[in-house]
Amino acid sequence: MSTAGEQDADLSLQEEHESKTHRTKRRDGDRQKKKRRNERRKGGTRAGEGEEDLQAVSEKRERSKRKRAKSKQETSRRENNEEEEAQLTGVREVDENVDKGKKKQGSTKKGEKKEDGGKQLVKEKARDIKKKNSEPETSEEDDDEEEDNDKDVVRPECLSPEELEKLKEAVDERKKLIQSLRGKPWPMKKKLVTLRESQEFVEKYEGALGKGKGRKLYAYKVLMTKKWMKFQRDFENFKTACIPWEMKIKEIESHFGSSVASYFIFLRWMYGINMILFGLTFGLVMVPEALMGRPYGSMPRKTVPRAEEASAMDFAVLWDFGGYAQYSVLFYGYYNNQRTVGWLKFRMPLSYFLVGVGTVAYSYMVVIRTMARNANESGVGDDNSFNFSWKMFTSWDYLIGNAETADNKFASITTSFKEAILEEQESHKDDNIHLTRFLRVLANFLVLCCLAGSGYLIYFVVRRSQKFALDGLENHTWWERNEVNMVMSLLGMFCPMLFDVISTLENYHPRVALQWQLGRIFALFLGNLYTFIIALMDEINLKRKEEKVVKFNITMWEASLYNGTVLENSTAPPVTIHPADVPRGPCWETMVGQEFVRLIISDTMTTYITLLIGDFLRAVLVRFLNYCWCWDLEAGFPSYSEFDVSGNVLGLIFNQGMIWMGSFYAPCLPALNVIRLHVSMYLQCWAVMCCNVPQERVFKASGSNNFYMAMLLVILFLSTLPAIYTIVSIPPSFDCGPFSGKNRMFDVIHETLESDFPPWFSKVFSYASNPGLVLPFILLMVLAIYYLQSTSKSYREANVELKKKLQMQNEENKRKNKRAALKAQMDLEEARKTAQEQQRNNNASVQDQEGESFDFKY
Amino acid sequence: NQELTFLTKQEILLAHKRFTELLEKHEKEQIDARVPIGRIITLPELKSNPFKERICQVFSTSEQKDGSLTFEDFLDLLSAFSDSATLEIKSHYAFRIFDFDDDGTLDCADLEKLVNCLTGETNDAKLSSTEMKQLISNILEESDIDKDGTVNLSEFQHVISRSPDFVSSFKIVL
Repeated sequence: MSTAGEQDADLSLQEEHESKTHRTKRRDGDRQKKKRRNERRKGGTRAGEGEEDLQAVSEKRERSKRKRAKSKQETSRRENNEEEEAQLTGVREVDENVDKGKKKQGSTKKGEKKEDGGKQLVKEKARDIKKKNSEPETSEEDDDEEEDNDKDVVRPECLSPEELEKLKEAVDERKKLIQSLRGKPWPMKKKLVTLRESQEFVEKYEGALGKGKGRKLYAYKVLMTKKWMKFQRDFENFKTACIPWEMKIKEIESHFGSSVASYFIFLRWMYGINMILFGLTFGLVMVPEALMGRPYGSMPRKTVPRAEEASAMDFAVLWDFGGYAQYSVLFYGYYNNQRTVGWLKFRMPLSYFLVGVGTVAYSYMVVIRTMARNANESGVGDDNSFNFSWKMFTSWDYLIGNAETADNKFASITTSFKEAILEEQESHKDDNIHLTRFLRVLANFLVLCCLAGSGYLIYFVVRRSQKFALDGLENHTWWERNEVNMVMSLLGMFCPMLFDVISTLENYHPRVALQWQLGRIFALFLGNLYTFIIALMDEINLKRKEEKVVKFNITMWEASLYNGTVLENSTAPPVTIHPADVPRGPCWETMVGQEFVRLIISDTMTTYITLLIGDFLRAVLVRFLNYCWCWDLEAGFPSYSEFDVSGNVLGLIFNQGMIWMGSFYAPCLPALNVIRLHVSMYLQCWAVMCCNVPQERVFKASGSNNFYMAMLLVILFLSTLPAIYTIVSIPPSFDCGPFSGKNRMFDVIHETLESDFPPWFSKVFSYASNPGLVLPFILLMVLAIYYLQSTSKSYREANVELKKKLQMQNEENKRKNKRAALKAQMDLEEARKTAQEQQRNNNASVQDQEGESFDFKY
Repeated sequence: NQELTFLTKQEILLAHKRFTELLEKHEKEQIDARVPIGRIITLPELKSNPFKERICQVFSTSEQKDGSLTFEDFLDLLSAFSDSATLEIKSHYAFRIFDFDDDGTLDCADLEKLVNCLTGETNDAKLSSTEMKQLISNILEESDIDKDGTVNLSEFQHVISRSPDFVSSFKIVL
């Protein structure tokens, strides 16, 4: 019932038209029904309309009689059964026919109906009579509509159990039909009619299924399931409406095909993940500390030191995340090591640690789950036995709505056809294999040189920057201060171009070339990142040495202070020193966090600037200089830029890797990344739509998705390694951060276990963590993995075997068919031959006869 | 009628809006107004599709076989090309679109037309006749399982179901 209402809402637009044209028709036909159930009728008329068309003439003639009959029946029903009455208001042709047949036995008008309908009616009439007279144990094996309609006559109370069963089955079948209806390739009209019929049927009999007391409950249950389904559908609608940037992406999809759109979908997915990471760090770490922790200026670690105070609010300093930004919730060093904060007794250090672990764990979970789902979806397309057919049947991307893209697509399809034909014709053509081999080796050598050079450059720059840092940042130029980040960004910008040039030497197939290119860029980024980290490690060690010195100094200083007060006057109040004046250690964690934040910022800036210069400015120049230039700029050399999907994806992945690496030391990183992704979504959408041309080589989106995911997983692993290493092996700074004073950061768990849980729990935990238990457990897990893998392998083998069998069977069938066809042909020929012979004989005999007759005549 | 299509409510509403834009003024009142094929293929989503005429023909329910669409036909089209439609229904319609002469099988002539559609209209892009022959014989060799010289629906679906990117590319979004 509610579904009918829902459709009513959906179709209301259509209905507007419909009601206009059909109102008059409906008015005389369905006036009675209209009174009873307004809403339902509206939905139902569509089906009724089709039926009326079918048998309009006879229907009209019988209408008055039917009405009478129907009302009579209706009243009798009302006495018997309220529910059924409510459900029986549908417009079903066959039903009504049955009613007619029952009420007016021996009516002769049925002859005017369509032939089969009439026959059916007669049959049913006969059965109706039988049914009424005899007890309901009549066994009828057919459970199609005719039989169902029979039951319409009988009250549900006097149905035997097996009939009930049958009814139930029929109802279930209809339900299934409704479920699968949209998967049927029928025209809408047919679907609508079938849907109406099935729905009416289900509604009518669903109530009859329950018995006595249970019926009401059953009806209620049915009603609730319907409501629930409606709710679910509404929720689904709501959910799709909530997906951000759907229209933007669709627009891009229709202009550039699915591969460019896949980048934006990936970007959106990344945005979602970062939102969650941001929620975790913001809600569980930053906000509690800001609200409930000690305020700014209350302790040394929360105050800008005296030396920096003068410049702490300068924009240049803030831009480098120094000054006030450094001594805020944005960085590790600001957090205090008191166990609980605020009236909620919020376990700050524990929360900090768990959020750090949780972000990484969550990322792993999401990436792996997405990968598994993708693999499931595209797991079948592994064999390439249908190479040509796929090229033929599936190469067109129906999303393309831009003439230029379509032209490119045409061209690429043509070349792919030609290539495939060529490959097929001469399966292997090797011209001067030594030269290509030499060139490839040379190319790889060059690439390796590039990689090594860029690695050394970064290392050199980072070391130099340390020297600058020791000198003090203030007496250097802007370039010297931001050298590291700029060099990294520039390398990331220009090296891929260099690789592209080098890869033309190699003369690979475009797809292979693309893979090489991706692999090289990946190696470059990875190398850069790891050199950066190694340099950072050096710096950490330096800082720790410095820290030791400072610690010693501080104890000396405190002692002297203490001594001084004691010497001066023992009754005087203890000297309060402003926290800004307290000497403090170099907090290496904050330093690491700052480095990462600066890296992200400069990376973002370079991305945007290259976007603006490389794409927008180029497009503007090409467009406007084209009027006064000696060659065609649009078609010739500079032209417009293409959207580089793989490069952009790689950039995004590495950016994410940096976020994962640094977010432990700078809780603000996810927030920054969310902003960055948000901006780049709009900026890149705009840039793509206004100044990029579709790619010449249009790649397909499928298959690449999991490739991206795999890279993301690798990066995730590689970026968590150093973070985990620092957490596990380096003792935290003594005077900053939530773990200060502990030997290792993870000691916080131990501490919580001891003080916040009952003693038995920590005892159990200590037992569980003892190597005697852990080792067998790990062993067990390894064994389980091995077992699962071997079973999956065997399944795969079984699959292959089955495939082989299927092919064998196919061939067998083919052969059989061929034989049968041959035989049939032979038979046919033989038959024809004999027929011909016979005919000849006949002819002969006829001739003979004729001859005879002639003879006779003569 | 979400149960009948793979579209969401918003999509249906959008489709209705787009459809009424295609209608002329006096037709907007009629429920079963038909939009002729000439106006359907001016939709930006279909404009550059080489199969646009075929698509209209396949989804049209008009008696004159002129490829004109009612709103219901239009919804059918969008539903079959929507994101969530099943492989089965997509491949069914794809087969009918590729079946240029509507005889229920893809024979050599159909395949040739299909190749020409895919390679575009320009002359230099066309394949030579020997290449075409080679291509078609290759295709038939791969997908014509019962070796009767044509590809029928079940063979077609078999081939399509293995393809990794059919579902993702057989899409039209308004």
